[in-house]
Amino acid sequence: MRRRHDPFHHQDSDLDRFRFRLGFAAVAVLLAFLLLFTRFVWLQVVQHDYYTTRAEGNRISLVPVTPNRGVIVDRNGTVLARNYSAFTLEITPSRVHDLEATIDALGTLIEVQAKDRKRFKKLMEESKNFESIPIRTRLTDKEVATFAANRFRFPGVEVKARLFRQYPLGEIGSHALGYIGRVNDRDLERIEVAEQAANYKGTDHFGKSGIEQKYEFHLHGQTGYEEVEVDAGGRAVRILSRTPPVPGNNLTLTLDSKLQKVVEQAFGERRGALVAIEPESGGVLALVSMPTFDPNLFVDGIRADDWDAYNNDPDKPMLNRAIYGAYPPGSTFKPFMALAALETGKRTPQQAISDPGYYMFGGHQFRDDKKGGHGIVDMYKSIVHSCDTYYYVLANDLGIDGISNFMGQLGFGQRTGIDIEGEAEGVLPSQAWKKKRFKKPEQQKWYAGETISIGIGQGYNSYTMLQLAQATATVANNGVMFRPHLVKYITDAKSGAKTMIEPEPMRILPFKQQNIDVIKKALVGVNKEGTGTRAFAGAEYEAAGKTGTAQVFSLKGEKYEAGKVKERLRDHALFMAYAPADAPKIALAVIVENGGFGAQSAAPIARMVFDYYLLGKLPKGAAEEDAAAVEADE
Amino acid sequence: MTTFAEIRHRLWHGTVDHLDAPLFFITIAIMGVGLATVFSATYDSQNRLMGQFINMAVALTLMWGVAQVPPQKLMRFAVPIYVGGLILLILVFLFGITVNGARRWLNIGITRIQPSEIMKLAMPLMLAWYFNKYEAGLKARHYAVAALLLAVPFLLVAKQPDLGTAILIGAAGFYVLFFAGLQWKVIVGLAVAGAAAAPVLWNFLHDYQKKRILTLIDPTSDPLGSGYHIIQSTIAIGSGGTTGKGWLQGTQTHLEFIPEKHTDFIFAVFGEEWGLLGNVVLLVLYLLLIGRGLMIAANASTLFARLLAGSITLSLFTYAFINMGMVSGIMPVVGVPLPFMSYGGTALVTLCTGLGILMSIQTHRMLVKK
Repeated sequence: MRRRHDPFHHQDSDLDRFRFRLGFAAVAVLLAFLLLFTRFVWLQVVQHDYYTTRAEGNRISLVPVTPNRGVIVDRNGTVLARNYSAFTLEITPSRVHDLEATIDALGTLIEVQAKDRKRFKKLMEESKNFESIPIRTRLTDKEVATFAANRFRFPGVEVKARLFRQYPLGEIGSHALGYIGRVNDRDLERIEVAEQAANYKGTDHFGKSGIEQKYEFHLHGQTGYEEVEVDAGGRAVRILSRTPPVPGNNLTLTLDSKLQKVVEQAFGERRGALVAIEPESGGVLALVSMPTFDPNLFVDGIRADDWDAYNNDPDKPMLNRAIYGAYPPGSTFKPFMALAALETGKRTPQQAISDPGYYMFGGHQFRDDKKGGHGIVDMYKSIVHSCDTYYYVLANDLGIDGISNFMGQLGFGQRTGIDIEGEAEGVLPSQAWKKKRFKKPEQQKWYAGETISIGIGQGYNSYTMLQLAQATATVANNGVMFRPHLVKYITDAKSGAKTMIEPEPMRILPFKQQNIDVIKKALVGVNKEGTGTRAFAGAEYEAAGKTGTAQVFSLKGEKYEAGKVKERLRDHALFMAYAPADAPKIALAVIVENGGFGAQSAAPIARMVFDYYLLGKLPKGAAEEDAAAVEADE
Repeated sequence: MTTFAEIRHRLWHGTVDHLDAPLFFITIAIMGVGLATVFSATYDSQNRLMGQFINMAVALTLMWGVAQVPPQKLMRFAVPIYVGGLILLILVFLFGITVNGARRWLNIGITRIQPSEIMKLAMPLMLAWYFNKYEAGLKARHYAVAALLLAVPFLLVAKQPDLGTAILIGAAGFYVLFFAGLQWKVIVGLAVAGAAAAPVLWNFLHDYQKKRILTLIDPTSDPLGSGYHIIQSTIAIGSGGTTGKGWLQGTQTHLEFIPEKHTDFIFAVFGEEWGLLGNVVLLVLYLLLIGRGLMIAANASTLFARLLAGSITLSLFTYAFINMGMVSGIMPVVGVPLPFMSYGGTALVTLCTGLGILMSIQTHRMLVKK
């Protein structure tokens, strides 16, 4: 009974085999469906009573219980971030029929401002409809009572006790600490990638920047859950079982909040950045970016007017200048240049040049700051008096790649790997860099003339204060380099066990000790008889340092009123330093934007930092009371 | 009787060309059940009934359109579609958009496309074309080449990661190989080797995939994550009992216990509200659909048509089996929709295009015969 539908030459046996296999497939399909049928009978007939109890007895809902977020303290135990409980008024949009009318009616009982509505709308766009969204936070007891009495009128509206993040020191250290805000899509992605989706059920907040962001998964903890019986309307009736949440781990920072405060006050209204590091560990003692911002404003969704104020401020308070701002290092680059000269054998400490006040190269005159020149200049004098000509000549001798290879070891032009996000790379110029940076062939070529100004920290040079501080700490530490870090240890909330962020050397640079000693001696000289003398007059310790001035070139795209333009054309003042000179406990780099000469505005800040950190001496003026207030706050 | 049959025949073929009546009416029946269930599942929030209705209308129109294309013409598209799909998959691998940790989409300006979806049909088309081309003398190497054509897209999709879609693509291709006469000893050998390699493969799974398999054994081990889905959907089905709680009466559904209740987990809603009785009706409807598909395959006139029809039909079965198995807790949770029931346009379009191909194979065969 074989039929042939096939118009082409074809073996009957092939068709038979195909049909046999179809039959086989049909049997397999039947068996698979029989398996499903058996499963359905098992669930719906045999186990029906059990599942009815579970569905009916009833309606057991798993409610996640959000863990308390870990607390962040500074190295002395001063609290930088903590939690407090407050009542919020929340609406679940899917349970409300007329949202506008409901909010209007609520407004007659409890104050609801236009900006509260605005924020609610924004949060609603970011959330799912069945989630409850705050319309008002921090209700007073009276408001809670008023609402409770009228609760029956507002289905889908509830008062909830929630934990809020609080930053007791406000603006102090906010660039390091960061802030938390409501979970958005990007955060969800991070949560998903970290396989933490289940653990974040019921969690509204997520670290957005700084330590809060980087250590999010340490700070968050383990979400617990309650088995809750709900009635037919979906309201909780009683709790059946409870798996408590595990609070997040606490962080102890290397940061010294009082030192941080001293620095921030020293800056006053000026813009700039300072990074202070403990040379023997890489622990960051102060990470300052001025102006700063108040992280408390972000916690329950920042208001539009606050956000606009920060965003439109020409001083850019949200910009972390300490790790993202890249500046030419100016003369603070010279000690590193000198070290390069010694290490590569291009100079001995005694070799001297005669400085006429300029250096001629390729028909172009590179001028020294001092008219008429410094006369006979050896290495010591070149650092102490910041002689440009010495470094013009040296730069030419080392060549651009010689400089770049040496500076690369010290971490210039690379991210340090500090434990917060947003570091800039900066620019460590080299022939290869220029080739990559520019498109047109004529721009790609490195000209020997361009090397000259690299020697005094100008030209394409551009580094972050973090990189400069790290390099300074490395010299202070005789070539042992650490990764800068802000967290000292993590305390497990459950066991109390401390996980140290180990100070393991990142690199041990093979510099000759005698070469380092030459540089160190000259750096001490700067503060004794050189450009840093005035700032360090009468210091009770020996400090090493180097001043710097970075030229501000362009004003592209900046529009300021006439007075400000003038101010913003002024040079940036820089200073790199460490102290005490014989056994360094602290190393720093500081920049005061448009501060003029380094000696004038940057070095005095370093002096204040050292006075406070080494001697406990507070700068004169308001800082004393304020620092005392910080103490009382602990 | 003959006159009645004649009238019916004329009415049917006079109005809608190349539609296969049994396939069409069974599909419409399942879609009807699907609409009722989507309505129930989305009753409390935004109602998606209209959206799904439009999706179905679009998919059915496409089905009709595809049915007009005779298989010989379809064959010409096999290679371009496959190659195009493969290129898109590679582009996804290189430049795709990552959503929820998976790289599945390609941004083409106006919208995102998910090329793995194209592969679900491109794969059987390509392999059926390939075997048809070498029909005269199929040798071992032809199966090896076919296996390679199968493996590349499979791995690309599995890597995204999208295990559900990868399984469907892999299955569609394997069915072609199976119907083309891949030797039993090779099939058994592969199965044995697969079982032996399972512990090794285990290490290649993503952590969340491992977790899904482990939660199948003990759903309470991850009560807030994937275990939650299984726990809640089995409670829904189990509490439905023999006759169900009635339409719109499912407490599990309406108290928001079932996640993704209108998409991948829609069967939990159906099982709760219609009970074992409803489930059996649904199983029978799917069986009829699959049975008709297998018949079409058995009677198809060319090797290409046979292999394609067989693969499409068994793919349909795979969708249904994996989905119902996962929702009722006997298979790990992988993202596979329930055919013609789950909300969403993409799956409907793919499935209805498959049906259109089946109809084309059936109806054009009859024309050739005449």
